[in-house]
Amino acid sequence: MSAISGRLVARIALLALVAVLVQDTVVSQISIVGVSADLTPLVVMSVGLLTGSLPGAIVGFFTGLLVDTVLVQTLGVTSLLYIAIGYWCGRLREVHDPAHGLVPLAAGAAATAVTGVGMTIIQFLLGVDSPVSLLLVQQIFITVLVNTLIALPVYALVRRIIMPALPDDPRRRRRRAYTTGGLSPLQTPSQRLGPMTRAGRSSR
Amino acid sequence: MHDKQVRRRRLVLLVLVVVSLVLLTDYFGESADSPLHSVQRGIVAVLSPVQEGASRVLAPVRDVANWVSGTLRAKTQRDQLQREVNALNARVAQLASQRIQNAQLTRELGLDQSIGAATYHPIGAAVISRDPSLWYQQVEVDRGSDDGVALNDPVLADGGLVGDVTTLNGSSAVVTLITDHSWAAAAEVLAGSGESGLLEPAVGSPNRMVLSELPSGASISVGQQVVTAGFTDPNHAGQGSLYPPGIPIGKVSDASQNGLVNQQQVKVAPLADLRRFESVQILTKPYAGQERAQAP
Repeated sequence: MSAISGRLVARIALLALVAVLVQDTVVSQISIVGVSADLTPLVVMSVGLLTGSLPGAIVGFFTGLLVDTVLVQTLGVTSLLYIAIGYWCGRLREVHDPAHGLVPLAAGAAATAVTGVGMTIIQFLLGVDSPVSLLLVQQIFITVLVNTLIALPVYALVRRIIMPALPDDPRRRRRRAYTTGGLSPLQTPSQRLGPMTRAGRSSR
Repeated sequence: MHDKQVRRRRLVLLVLVVVSLVLLTDYFGESADSPLHSVQRGIVAVLSPVQEGASRVLAPVRDVANWVSGTLRAKTQRDQLQREVNALNARVAQLASQRIQNAQLTRELGLDQSIGAATYHPIGAAVISRDPSLWYQQVEVDRGSDDGVALNDPVLADGGLVGDVTTLNGSSAVVTLITDHSWAAAAEVLAGSGESGLLEPAVGSPNRMVLSELPSGASISVGQQVVTAGFTDPNHAGQGSLYPPGIPIGKVSDASQNGLVNQQQVKVAPLADLRRFESVQILTKPYAGQERAQAP
């Protein structure tokens, strides 16, 4: 926690606020196959995957609270769900450290499904006459599909925004070095530096 | 150190969940003017201008996205409407066909009553094939010898004579139309003294007929009805016209004095639309009560 800087907190707070506003003013009013995409669980999922379980849960709580406030809903409902999403995605990163590029896709689908199903269950438990019908199931399913489609771009955007403020992770540094080939154990130092050096010499 | 981190993480998580549950319970149980509701309204009031501004700023984005979404929806609706149009077109065609059939049957019924066709034991038949070209003026109907149809039986449709049976099978028959080049019959004009002549197709005009061999000085005008003469030869018993008398064939369409005086002929348009009828009546006993005429 101590590694989290004020800069990171500010970026994440601004990100959450903008996400909620964009969701409320634009995305909610765009109908795709009869449903609208939901950016906020994807943002929480992305933050959880990038920063860990505890920041993920905290961001989930406050994002959910903001959503409930802006939409004048029952306070705490969305917070509860987003806490679970942020925490679970953070734990996914901490325990498994998935490196596959499609992990945000699966996590986005799961986060959206948790949001849709969880909201239905909570509303049902609160005694609200929620229309539990085939139409609702269909809407949740289509929302999951739509959110799955946009999960990767949202994740990439969130990553781009908060990555500069994240403390340098040794594992990430090591992975970057391996993927770029700079520290590959399969190459000798002369092979790693050879072509560039030779080119430099020949140019002189 | 690790245990401390885990404990702290769990504690924070627990606090967040508890706060959420407290908020949820309090908010749900309180009235609309409770402190939580007031705070929520206050935050909404603060955020409203921001939302409004964001909505205006992002309106083009929303419009573009809605345009794309609307276009996709319109394409889906277009496909759906196209399917409905196709189905309705098929239904309209079916109804139009039934309407035509109904009109034909109505005319046949009227014909039965007006000329007494019922006495000739008519049987109804449907046209099952039709030569699409003009080369062969024939149609095939779904009744044959098993139904009592015989060769040369007159065939009526669409309010008039359309031909006679020229080929016969057990369950079907081929009807040669009155516009076929091989067809000819004695006919008379239902006006004046009932001038009679030989009715045959006009050469080179498949839907036009010529009533020739009329007596010179015959008084015939356009629109007069032409019917079968149905003559019998008094010198040769059993020989005569194949058709009973009085069956409508057509109407005089051109009766110029030049044609009447010089060629003793007038032009006749068939009553029936010979390219469109779908059901016929075959007179199985055209000479009921009389001896059947022999085919030439």
